[in-house]
Amino acid sequence: MLTLQPAYAVEAHGLVKTFGDFRAVDGIDIAVPAGTIYGVLGPNGAGKTTLLRTLLGIVDPDEGERTLLGDPQPLRQSRLIGYLPEERGLYPSMKAFDAIAFMGALRGLPLKVGRERARAMLEAHGMGASADKPIRQLSKGMAQTVQLFGTIVHEPRLIVLDEPFSGLDAINQGKLEVLIREQARAGVTVLFSTHVIAHAERLCERIAIVAGGRIRFEGSVARARDRLRPQVTLRTRASDGPWRRALPPETLAQDGNWHFALPDGGIEPLLRALLDSNAGIESLSIERPGLHDAFVAIAGESVARQMTEDRTREDAA
Amino acid sequence: MKDILRAAMVIARRDFSAVIFTRTFLFFLLGPLLPILIGMAFGGLSEKISTDSLRPAAGLSMSPDETARMLAAREAVARRIGADHISALEKAPWPVDPRSLLAHSDAGYVAVVSGSVDRPVLTGQPSDIDRLEGDVRLIASAAKTRAVLPEVHVERHPVAQSVSGQTQARLTMGRAAQILIFLLTMLLAGMVLSNMVEEKNNKVIEILAAAVPIDAVFLGKLMAMLSMSFIGIIFWGGCAVAGLALLAGPGFALPTPAVGWPVFILLAVLYFAMAYCLLGSLFLSIGAQAATVREVQTLNMPVTMAQMVIFFFATYAVDHMGSAPEIAAAVFPLSSPFAMIARAAQDGAIWPHVLALLWQAMWVGLIIRMGVWLFRRHVLNSGAKRPLFRRRSAPRA
Repeated sequence: MLTLQPAYAVEAHGLVKTFGDFRAVDGIDIAVPAGTIYGVLGPNGAGKTTLLRTLLGIVDPDEGERTLLGDPQPLRQSRLIGYLPEERGLYPSMKAFDAIAFMGALRGLPLKVGRERARAMLEAHGMGASADKPIRQLSKGMAQTVQLFGTIVHEPRLIVLDEPFSGLDAINQGKLEVLIREQARAGVTVLFSTHVIAHAERLCERIAIVAGGRIRFEGSVARARDRLRPQVTLRTRASDGPWRRALPPETLAQDGNWHFALPDGGIEPLLRALLDSNAGIESLSIERPGLHDAFVAIAGESVARQMTEDRTREDAA
Repeated sequence: MKDILRAAMVIARRDFSAVIFTRTFLFFLLGPLLPILIGMAFGGLSEKISTDSLRPAAGLSMSPDETARMLAAREAVARRIGADHISALEKAPWPVDPRSLLAHSDAGYVAVVSGSVDRPVLTGQPSDIDRLEGDVRLIASAAKTRAVLPEVHVERHPVAQSVSGQTQARLTMGRAAQILIFLLTMLLAGMVLSNMVEEKNNKVIEILAAAVPIDAVFLGKLMAMLSMSFIGIIFWGGCAVAGLALLAGPGFALPTPAVGWPVFILLAVLYFAMAYCLLGSLFLSIGAQAATVREVQTLNMPVTMAQMVIFFFATYAVDHMGSAPEIAAAVFPLSSPFAMIARAAQDGAIWPHVLALLWQAMWVGLIIRMGVWLFRRHVLNSGAKRPLFRRRSAPRA
């Protein structure tokens, strides 16, 4: 029988979730195209986890509607979904390979198949020797890897990862990025939340910037960056001359450099003026703004500062 | 429903293995046997003490001739009704004031028979006089005849059972089955109270809640604990049967319950399972609300007291078959299994049991649904704007 895959792996409209008087999710619309890597970006407390939990059906929304793989009852699609929660949870006495198989079995994978796959996954990632060790004997990073394998052992079509990089060292973060890209190449939709802009910038095709329970931006990373004009940095031998009339009015002089946004008419008129006036171009760079700059512009300076603080706190921990 | 059962089986298998393949499970199995062994040892000792030293005896302070007549008469009566059923008589000094005899610390009797065979006088504390008076009158009457009691042979015509004897035996059996099921339920269902705390403490609950309906989590946990309980019951039951076979000897026979042994055993198993599931699902629902082990421990006492109330209700009802309290106990879901097993011992009708089992199963489902609703509302904070009992802190976003 031919089954049509919905265009969006996740879709939600007007989602509201309140706890007492606190609106954790405040009227969110989101659509995650199937087969993409999608990031939900925002500081701690922005509503990312509640949004993911609501989308997955762990909690029901107070208002609004959501579909997962086209189904308004997310648990009905449980076999096709993998979820790694922010607060990692495993039974400490369970052996590593059994824990992976158990998580797969919860989502309909036969236990025997799960055990075989679990051993193969652990072996492939250099953890074969730990397969029969109880979780309590594994390092934190290894336990997180075990849980990640448990999230994908049943070969889901949609993977939801809540702060997956949290608590991982740089090497394991790199491995996780590779794994996410591999899954996406295989056609799996990956939806993850993070408060680290760099991860979203490296991995995501589309992002949603969340702050205060609302989505401030939704679209491709390129479009987020395009909201800011490219930044020009110019250094000349001559400090003055008629060419300065060609600089945009908002140009800043700093450490012998001129900084300004790329004018609407392009860089050519300025270049012509510099050459005609023999200003002596020492360096000229035109850079597209990074996602961080776009994030500051979209969510505001205070939210961006909070994200930086969150990350510093996490690194210190 | 199929998915719920499949997921419940996965959870049950995990919980079952986590409990069974541990050293503590051995203690769980052996634990209940220790008090029984200790009880048997002390019981045997106390029986010996009561047999040897504490049997009430009366001192006999009469003339030598009358003492001989009284002792001979006591022997003759003892031969007919059994030595254990007639008070012992011991020779005491004569002539001495009975009160002074009882004042002696080394006197081996609680009262003194003085006077004569025709007019015996019994001296002692009122309660001892009450206990001994009948025996002394019987012995004195036999002694007064001055002749050997004639031997009369009684022909024995044994029957398997009499109606009133059978009724009494079945009532006793009903009570015994009730007590057994109650004790097992109390011993085993209480463990369910703390079952969800593990998942909440190690955050596994988030994995479970995202993958399967909470109903499956509750059901799986109940199934695991019930299976574990059955292993315990089979082990303890085996020990009990072996113990009975050793101690009771070949003549030992239990009365046949009204529904017959095979059906009674089947019903006992089913009613235990239902009692376990009813109380277990209730405990699971209550325990799932607790955030810490300490909260669970605090809940333990009121829960145990509630169990006792239910049991006393069912025990009261067993003596009044067909009465309003008995029907109420059979209808009230939590006491229903206890009331119905007592009914199975006394009444042969099967249909009430089919009805009761369906009724109880329906309530197990309802209690699980209620527990799941409370859990989603108060623990997962799902779909509730204002919790009923207390406000929990909002989860991290």
